[in-house]
Amino acid sequence: MIGFWTLFYKELLRFWKVAFQTVGAPVLTALLYLLIFGHVLDEHVQVHGVRYTTFLVPGLVMMQVLQNAFANSSSSLIQAKITGSIIFVLLPPIPYSAFFAAYVLAAVARGLMVGLGVLLATVWFTELKIVAPLWIFAFALFGGGLFAALGMIAGIWSEKFDQLAAFQNFLIMPLTMLSGVFYSIYTLPEFWQRLSHYNPVFYMIDGFRYGFFGVSDVAPEISLTVVVACFAVVFALTLSLLKRGWKLRA
Amino acid sequence: MVAAVSIIDVVKHFGSLKALAGVSLEIEQGGFFGLLGPNGAGKTTLISSLAGLLRPDSGSLKVMGHDVVKDFREARRLLGVVPQELVFDPFFNVRETLRIQSGYFGIRKNDDWIDEILENLDLTSKAEVNMRRLSGGMKRRVLVAQALVHKPPVIVLDEPTAGVDVELRQGLWQFVRRLNGEGHTIILTTHYLEEAEALCGRIALMKQGRVIALDTTANLMAAHPGGTLEDVFVRTMNQ
Ligand SMILES: Nc1ncnc2c1ncn2[C@@H]1O[C@H](COP(=O)(O)OP(=O)(O)OP(=O)(O)O)[C@@H](O)[C@H]1O
Ligand SMILES: [Mg+2]
Repeated sequence: MIGFWTLFYKELLRFWKVAFQTVGAPVLTALLYLLIFGHVLDEHVQVHGVRYTTFLVPGLVMMQVLQNAFANSSSSLIQAKITGSIIFVLLPPIPYSAFFAAYVLAAVARGLMVGLGVLLATVWFTELKIVAPLWIFAFALFGGGLFAALGMIAGIWSEKFDQLAAFQNFLIMPLTMLSGVFYSIYTLPEFWQRLSHYNPVFYMIDGFRYGFFGVSDVAPEISLTVVVACFAVVFALTLSLLKRGWKLRA
Repeated sequence: MVAAVSIIDVVKHFGSLKALAGVSLEIEQGGFFGLLGPNGAGKTTLISSLAGLLRPDSGSLKVMGHDVVKDFREARRLLGVVPQELVFDPFFNVRETLRIQSGYFGIRKNDDWIDEILENLDLTSKAEVNMRRLSGGMKRRVLVAQALVHKPPVIVLDEPTAGVDVELRQGLWQFVRRLNGEGHTIILTTHYLEEAEALCGRIALMKQGRVIALDTTANLMAAHPGGTLEDVFVRTMNQ
C-alpha cells in the first residue's frame, strides 16, 4: 500500500506544482467557451427549459473533467518515457493494480479540480441549481476514470508527443465535442441522434447534466450503466496490458 | 546457499539483432562481480533483463532464487540498479527524489538511511536542490543513492563512474566496498579496467551477446602473466 500512496502522491505533486497550467488554464478555456457561446446564443436558445448559458455549464464542466483526466495520465507517462525517468517506477515492486490505481486516481483528482474550478467560476453568472449531487459525482468519477485509463493506454502506446497528440485530436476531441456538450442531441437530425447513442461520452454528459437539472435525454440509470460498463472494459484492458508489460517492458 | 544472481540461457533479440545469444551466469552471494565487454556487448541488456525492464525471448533470471518474471515483486525488492543512462525527474529535489523512491519500495520513514547515503556520496549540501540544478556527476550520484534506498542485498552498477570526478570515484568505491563487506553482492560494469582489476573478485567478459570468459580475476590475470587486466581484455577479445 505504501507503494501505491507514494506513486499517487507523486502524481498529484506532478500536476500541482504546475497548477497554473494544469488546472488554471483549462478553467480559463472553459470560461472563454461559456462567454462566447453564451453571449451569442443565450437570448435565442433554451434547452430543457433553461437558458442556454445555464444549459452549457454542466457539459463544459464534464468535458474539462474528461479531457484533463486524459491529459494527466497520458502526459505523465509519455514524459517519463521520453526522459527515461519511467525506470524509477518500473524498478520497484509496485503491483500492477497499484500502478493503475495511482495514475488513474491522480488523473481523476486533476479532472475534478478543474471541473470544480469551472463550476465555481461560473456560478456568478448562471442560475445553476444542483438537483442530484450523487449523480453528478458518480458520472464525474467513472467518466474521469475511464478517460484517465484511456490516457494511460495512450501514454504507454505513444513513443512521441505527436502520436499522443494524434490520439487526442482524432479520438478524444471528436468524442467529447460530438457528445452533446453544446446541444441536446434531440435537436439533431435523426441519423446523428442515433449515431450519438454509440458515443459513451454522450451518456457521461447527459447523466452529469441530469444531476443539475433533473432532466436528461436518457434515463440516468441507463447512462450510468453504460459508463460503468465502458469503464470496466477499459479497466480490464489497461490492467492486462500492464501485466504483460506491453511497451513498458518490451 | 542460493546464488545472488542466477542467469540461465538468456536470449534477447532487438529485431534481427541478437543482443543476448544465450547467456548463463551464476554470481554467489557476497561477491564483487565485474561484467566487462566492449560497447554493444550486451551488458546493459543483461542488466535490464535482470531488473525486469526488458522481457527476454527465452531463458530465466533469478535474484536470490526469485524468478524476475514469475516472482517479480520479491526479485525487485532484493535488487538495486544504478542505470547507465543519466535520468532524473525534474519535478523534485534530491531529498524528495530519495523519499519517493523509498516509498515505491514500501518504506515510509527512511530519513536516517537517506542521510547516511547522502553523506557517503557527498550530497548532503545538495539535499534540498532541485534535480535540474545538479551537475552531471551529481545527478549520477543521486542515481546511485536511489538504487540504495531499500538496502538491496544485490546491487548492480552500470558504469557508475562515467563522468564522475576522481574524489567522488574514490568515495564511491569506498562506500561500495563497505556495502560489499557488510554482505551486499555487487555487480559492476565499467570501461575503466583498472577499477575492475582492483575491485572485482570475479569477472565475466562479454562479446556480441555471449560470455566468452568467466573466472576469478586472479585466474584471468594468471593466464596472461605479467599483464594488466587491460592486456587480458584485449587478448581475449581478439581471440
Ligand atoms: N532498445 C533497444 N532497441 C534496439 N537495439 C538495442 C536496444 N538496446 C540495446 N540495443 C542493441 O543491443 C546491443 C547490446 O546493447 P547494450 O546496451 O546491452 O550494450 P552494452 O554492453 O551495455 O554497451 P555499452 O558498453 O556501450 O553500454 C547493441 O548492439 C545495441 O545497439
Ligand atoms: Mg551499457
